[in-house]
Amino acid sequence: MDTLTNYLFVSVVLFSLGLFGVITRRNGVAVLMGVELILNAANLNFLAFARFGGMNMAGHVYALFVIVLAAAEAAVALAIIINIFNNFKTINIDEVSELKQ
Amino acid sequence: MANLVFWVIVGLTIGSAVIVVQSKKLVYSAYALLFTLLGVTGLYVFLWADFLAVVQVVVYVGGILVLIIFGIMLTNKITSVNISNTSVQKSIGSIILFVFIAGLGFMVAKTPWVSVANSEPIQTTETIGRLLMIDYLLPFEVASLLLLGALISATTLSRKDD
Repeated sequence: MDTLTNYLFVSVVLFSLGLFGVITRRNGVAVLMGVELILNAANLNFLAFARFGGMNMAGHVYALFVIVLAAAEAAVALAIIINIFNNFKTINIDEVSELKQ
Repeated sequence: MANLVFWVIVGLTIGSAVIVVQSKKLVYSAYALLFTLLGVTGLYVFLWADFLAVVQVVVYVGGILVLIIFGIMLTNKITSVNISNTSVQKSIGSIILFVFIAGLGFMVAKTPWVSVANSEPIQTTETIGRLLMIDYLLPFEVASLLLLGALISATTLSRKDD
Protein backbone atom coordinates (compact mmCIF):
# COMPACT_ATOMS: atom_id res chain seq x y z
CA MET A 1 0.00 0.00 0.00
CA ASP A 2 2.85 2.41 0.72
CA THR A 3 3.73 3.22 -2.85
CA LEU A 4 3.39 6.49 -4.71
CA THR A 5 1.53 4.91 -7.64
CA ASN A 6 -1.36 3.73 -5.46
CA TYR A 7 -2.13 7.27 -4.37
CA LEU A 8 -1.67 8.56 -7.92
CA PHE A 9 -4.15 5.97 -9.23
CA VAL A 10 -6.76 7.05 -6.68
CA SER A 11 -6.13 10.65 -7.70
CA VAL A 12 -6.50 9.78 -11.41
CA VAL A 13 -9.86 8.09 -10.79
CA LEU A 14 -11.13 10.99 -8.65
CA PHE A 15 -10.07 13.54 -11.30
CA SER A 16 -11.71 11.60 -14.13
CA LEU A 17 -14.95 11.16 -12.18
CA GLY A 18 -15.00 14.87 -11.38
CA LEU A 19 -14.50 15.71 -15.05
CA PHE A 20 -17.31 13.28 -15.96
CA GLY A 21 -19.59 15.06 -13.48
CA VAL A 22 -18.73 18.51 -14.83
CA ILE A 23 -19.42 17.37 -18.40
CA THR A 24 -22.64 15.43 -17.89
CA ARG A 25 -24.50 17.18 -15.08
CA ARG A 26 -27.25 19.69 -15.87
CA ASN A 27 -27.78 21.04 -12.35
CA GLY A 28 -25.41 23.88 -11.41
CA VAL A 29 -24.87 22.63 -7.86
CA ALA A 30 -23.96 19.16 -9.17
CA VAL A 31 -21.40 20.71 -11.53
CA LEU A 32 -19.89 22.42 -8.47
CA MET A 33 -19.60 19.01 -6.76
CA GLY A 34 -17.60 17.75 -9.75
CA VAL A 35 -15.22 20.70 -9.39
CA GLU A 36 -14.75 19.84 -5.71
CA LEU A 37 -13.79 16.27 -6.70
CA ILE A 38 -11.18 17.61 -9.14
CA LEU A 39 -9.69 19.91 -6.49
CA ASN A 40 -9.50 17.01 -4.03
CA ALA A 41 -7.67 14.91 -6.62
CA ALA A 42 -5.12 17.70 -7.10
CA ASN A 43 -4.64 17.99 -3.33
CA LEU A 44 -4.10 14.24 -3.04
CA ASN A 45 -1.36 14.53 -5.69
CA PHE A 46 0.36 17.39 -3.83
CA LEU A 47 0.41 15.45 -0.57
CA ALA A 48 1.49 12.16 -2.18
CA PHE A 49 4.45 13.82 -3.88
CA ALA A 50 5.30 15.62 -0.63
CA ARG A 51 5.24 12.33 1.31
CA PHE A 52 7.34 10.35 -1.19
CA GLY A 53 9.64 13.24 -2.10
CA GLY A 54 11.40 13.33 1.27
CA MET A 55 8.52 14.91 3.26
CA ASN A 56 8.84 18.21 1.42
CA MET A 57 6.49 20.50 3.34
CA ALA A 58 6.02 22.96 0.46
CA GLY A 59 3.46 20.51 -0.92
CA HIS A 60 1.44 20.83 2.27
CA VAL A 61 1.45 24.63 2.01
CA TYR A 62 0.23 24.46 -1.59
CA ALA A 63 -2.52 22.03 -0.58
CA LEU A 64 -3.57 24.51 2.11
CA PHE A 65 -3.82 27.29 -0.50
CA VAL A 66 -5.91 25.00 -2.74
CA ILE A 67 -8.35 24.45 0.15
CA VAL A 68 -8.58 28.24 0.71
CA LEU A 69 -9.29 28.82 -2.99
CA ALA A 70 -11.91 26.04 -3.00
CA ALA A 71 -13.74 27.66 -0.09
CA ALA A 72 -13.78 31.09 -1.78
CA GLU A 73 -14.83 29.55 -5.11
CA ALA A 74 -17.71 27.59 -3.54
CA ALA A 75 -19.09 30.70 -1.77
CA VAL A 76 -19.04 32.90 -4.88
CA ALA A 77 -20.33 30.14 -7.18
CA LEU A 78 -23.29 29.41 -4.91
CA ALA A 79 -24.14 33.14 -4.74
CA ILE A 80 -24.13 33.22 -8.56
CA ILE A 81 -26.28 30.05 -8.74
CA ILE A 82 -28.84 31.54 -6.32
CA ASN A 83 -28.97 34.68 -8.48
CA ILE A 84 -29.51 32.55 -11.59
CA PHE A 85 -32.35 30.73 -9.81
CA ASN A 86 -33.99 34.02 -8.84
CA ASN A 87 -33.85 35.27 -12.43
CA PHE A 88 -34.62 32.12 -14.43
CA LYS A 89 -36.46 29.90 -11.88
CA THR A 90 -34.15 27.03 -12.86
CA ILE A 91 -30.50 26.17 -12.39
CA ASN A 92 -30.22 23.76 -15.30
CA ILE A 93 -27.07 24.98 -17.00
CA ASP A 94 -28.22 24.20 -20.55
CA GLU A 95 -31.45 26.19 -20.15
CA VAL A 96 -29.66 29.30 -18.91
CA SER A 97 -28.38 30.64 -22.21
CA GLU A 98 -29.91 34.12 -22.44
CA LEU A 99 -27.65 37.04 -21.59
CA LYS A 100 -30.49 39.56 -21.52
CA GLN A 101 -34.16 39.27 -20.62
CA MET B 1 -4.13 -4.48 9.14
CA ALA B 2 -3.11 -1.04 7.95
CA ASN B 3 -3.14 -2.45 4.44
CA LEU B 4 -6.77 -3.54 4.81
CA VAL B 5 -7.78 -0.15 6.24
CA PHE B 6 -6.07 1.59 3.34
CA TRP B 7 -7.97 -0.36 0.69
CA VAL B 8 -11.27 0.04 2.54
CA ILE B 9 -10.72 3.82 2.54
CA VAL B 10 -9.81 3.77 -1.16
CA GLY B 11 -12.98 1.80 -1.91
CA LEU B 12 -15.11 4.20 0.15
CA THR B 13 -13.61 7.24 -1.61
CA ILE B 14 -14.02 5.97 -5.16
CA GLY B 15 -17.36 4.27 -4.57
CA SER B 16 -18.98 7.36 -3.12
CA ALA B 17 -17.37 9.54 -5.83
CA VAL B 18 -19.17 7.34 -8.40
CA ILE B 19 -22.44 7.97 -6.53
CA VAL B 20 -21.73 11.74 -6.54
CA VAL B 21 -21.57 11.87 -10.32
CA GLN B 22 -24.17 9.14 -11.02
CA SER B 23 -27.05 9.52 -8.56
CA LYS B 24 -30.39 10.68 -9.93
CA LYS B 25 -31.23 12.55 -6.73
CA LEU B 26 -29.27 15.67 -5.88
CA VAL B 27 -29.45 15.21 -2.10
CA TYR B 28 -27.95 11.71 -2.40
CA SER B 29 -25.08 13.23 -4.40
CA ALA B 30 -24.45 15.73 -1.61
CA TYR B 31 -24.38 13.04 1.08
CA ALA B 32 -22.12 10.82 -1.06
CA LEU B 33 -19.77 13.81 -1.39
CA LEU B 34 -19.53 13.78 2.43
CA PHE B 35 -18.12 10.22 2.36
CA THR B 36 -15.76 11.04 -0.51
CA LEU B 37 -14.32 13.96 1.45
CA LEU B 38 -13.98 11.82 4.59
CA GLY B 39 -12.23 9.10 2.55
CA VAL B 40 -9.77 11.64 1.14
CA THR B 41 -9.17 12.76 4.74
CA GLY B 42 -8.26 9.18 5.62
CA LEU B 43 -5.78 9.10 2.73
CA TYR B 44 -4.25 12.35 4.06
CA VAL B 45 -3.69 10.59 7.39
CA PHE B 46 -1.91 7.76 5.55
CA LEU B 47 0.24 10.43 3.87
CA TRP B 48 1.35 11.77 7.29
CA ALA B 49 -0.48 15.08 6.76
CA ASP B 50 -2.16 15.41 10.14
CA PHE B 51 -2.77 19.18 10.03
CA LEU B 52 -4.23 19.08 6.52
CA ALA B 53 -6.51 16.16 7.46
CA VAL B 54 -8.05 18.29 10.21
CA VAL B 55 -8.28 21.31 7.88
CA GLN B 56 -9.99 19.11 5.28
CA VAL B 57 -12.65 18.01 7.79
CA VAL B 58 -13.21 21.54 9.12
CA VAL B 59 -13.27 23.41 5.81
CA TYR B 60 -14.72 20.86 3.37
CA VAL B 61 -17.13 18.88 5.53
CA GLY B 62 -17.95 21.70 7.95
CA GLY B 63 -17.98 24.56 5.46
CA ILE B 64 -18.23 23.77 1.78
CA LEU B 65 -20.55 20.77 2.09
CA VAL B 66 -22.96 22.68 4.36
CA LEU B 67 -22.84 25.55 1.83
CA ILE B 68 -23.67 23.13 -1.02
CA ILE B 69 -26.62 21.65 0.91
CA PHE B 70 -27.88 25.20 1.60
CA GLY B 71 -27.51 25.89 -2.12
CA ILE B 72 -29.63 22.82 -2.93
CA MET B 73 -32.34 23.90 -0.47
CA LEU B 74 -32.42 27.52 -1.64
CA THR B 75 -32.66 26.67 -5.34
CA ASN B 76 -35.51 24.13 -5.15
CA LYS B 77 -38.95 23.91 -3.75
CA ILE B 78 -38.53 22.55 -0.23
CA THR B 79 -41.67 20.44 -0.58
CA SER B 80 -40.43 18.47 -3.56
CA VAL B 81 -38.83 15.32 -2.18
CA ASN B 82 -37.20 14.06 -5.37
CA ILE B 83 -35.04 16.89 -6.59
CA SER B 84 -34.17 15.61 -10.02
CA ASN B 85 -30.59 15.67 -11.12
CA THR B 86 -30.46 14.30 -14.62
CA SER B 87 -27.38 13.90 -16.77
CA VAL B 88 -26.88 14.64 -20.45
CA GLN B 89 -24.40 13.29 -23.00
CA LYS B 90 -23.62 10.26 -20.89
CA SER B 91 -22.06 8.33 -23.80
CA ILE B 92 -19.57 11.07 -24.67
CA GLY B 93 -18.90 11.62 -20.98
CA SER B 94 -18.19 7.91 -20.44
CA ILE B 95 -15.79 7.85 -23.39
CA ILE B 96 -13.91 10.85 -21.98
CA LEU B 97 -13.93 9.23 -18.51
CA PHE B 98 -12.32 6.02 -19.75
CA VAL B 99 -9.85 7.83 -22.01
CA PHE B 100 -8.68 9.93 -19.06
CA ILE B 101 -8.46 6.98 -16.64
CA ALA B 102 -6.61 4.83 -19.19
CA GLY B 103 -4.28 7.57 -20.39
CA LEU B 104 -3.37 9.04 -17.02
CA GLY B 105 -3.22 5.58 -15.44
CA PHE B 106 -0.86 4.37 -18.16
CA MET B 107 1.30 7.45 -17.60
CA VAL B 108 1.38 6.86 -13.83
CA ALA B 109 2.21 3.18 -14.25
CA LYS B 110 4.95 3.69 -16.84
CA THR B 111 6.81 6.63 -15.31
CA PRO B 112 9.82 5.62 -13.17
CA TRP B 113 9.04 7.73 -10.09
CA VAL B 114 11.93 8.66 -7.85
CA SER B 115 11.23 7.82 -4.21
CA VAL B 116 13.25 9.56 -1.52
CA ALA B 117 13.71 7.75 1.77
CA ASN B 118 12.14 9.63 4.65
CA SER B 119 10.84 9.15 8.15
CA GLU B 120 7.52 10.03 9.70
CA PRO B 121 7.56 13.52 11.27
CA ILE B 122 6.38 14.05 14.84
CA GLN B 123 3.93 16.72 13.65
CA THR B 124 3.61 18.95 10.61
CA THR B 125 1.86 22.00 12.06
CA GLU B 126 4.98 23.80 13.23
CA THR B 127 6.76 23.37 9.87
CA ILE B 128 3.70 24.58 7.93
CA GLY B 129 3.44 27.61 10.21
CA ARG B 130 7.10 28.50 9.71
CA LEU B 131 6.79 28.13 5.93
CA LEU B 132 3.65 30.30 5.86
CA MET B 133 5.29 33.04 7.91
CA ILE B 134 8.68 33.04 6.16
CA ASP B 135 8.78 31.51 2.68
CA TYR B 136 5.14 31.95 1.67
CA LEU B 137 4.26 35.19 3.45
CA LEU B 138 3.13 37.05 0.30
CA PRO B 139 0.79 34.26 -0.96
CA PHE B 140 -0.56 33.99 2.60
CA GLU B 141 -1.47 37.71 2.67
CA VAL B 142 -2.90 37.56 -0.86
CA ALA B 143 -5.07 34.60 0.23
CA SER B 144 -6.46 36.70 3.08
CA LEU B 145 -7.31 39.49 0.61
CA LEU B 146 -8.94 36.92 -1.67
CA LEU B 147 -11.08 35.58 1.17
CA LEU B 148 -12.16 39.12 2.05
CA GLY B 149 -13.09 39.74 -1.58
CA ALA B 150 -15.02 36.47 -1.78
CA LEU B 151 -16.87 37.32 1.46
CA ILE B 152 -17.93 40.77 0.23
CA SER B 153 -18.82 39.63 -3.29
CA ALA B 154 -20.85 36.61 -2.13
CA THR B 155 -22.95 38.71 0.26
CA THR B 156 -23.39 41.48 -2.33
CA LEU B 157 -24.42 39.04 -5.05
CA SER B 158 -26.96 37.11 -2.99
CA ARG B 159 -28.74 39.98 -1.22
CA LYS B 160 -32.05 41.26 -2.53
CA ASP B 161 -32.11 44.54 -4.41
CA ASP B 162 -33.51 47.44 -2.44
